[in-house]
Amino acid sequence: MNDTTSAAIRQVLADHARMPGDAHSLDERADLFASGMSSHASVNVMLALEDTFDIEFPDAMLKRSVFESIAAIRTAVLELRAAEAA
Amino acid sequence: MSIRVGIDLTSTDEVRDLIRRFGDRYLERVYTATELRDCAGDPIRLAARFAAKEATIKALRAPDRLPWQTIEIRRDDSGAPSLALSGAAQALAAQRGCRSLSVSLTHERGHAAAVVVTEGER
Repeated sequence: MNDTTSAAIRQVLADHARMPGDAHSLDERADLFASGMSSHASVNVMLALEDTFDIEFPDAMLKRSVFESIAAIRTAVLELRAAEAA
Repeated sequence: MSIRVGIDLTSTDEVRDLIRRFGDRYLERVYTATELRDCAGDPIRLAARFAAKEATIKALRAPDRLPWQTIEIRRDDSGAPSLALSGAAQALAAQRGCRSLSVSLTHERGHAAAVVVTEGER
């Protein structure tokens, strides 16, 4: 499930993060902002993640740290999906 | 007295793209009702406001992102912009000893920019 989730996150980043590098080959812990994702592009990523995973990020999760790496995004996505499934 | 500066640049094309792709979900997530009324859907003016929000976050040395709607850009009768903080942004400004905030906006060929200056005790 982690691999599937990470692959979907990488596709969202490739389509919406506007980073110069290849999102599919980024290290899971690489800093996405340092890799070229702007703050505004992170809004694009957030909304696309909501569509992809059928979730909604609450205001409390709209932090830079939640979107700073693939691993951080995956943790947040899995947490939200678990909460919605409960 | 301490003076701090924050600056940000936002692509107007990206704002236009997000409006097209996500519509109200994007607009209502990021901008206040006042900002949406003042901008009337104009991506250039919205981009300037997004830049001002990010510039404010930088000027306040926020440890993490602040909710965008807690930083509102207003226009007075002369058209001059100003900042109104609420919630977490207001609390952080108080914690930083911020006594005043000033903002300036501009745009040119696909980008909008904002500079925010804070004056405080520390």
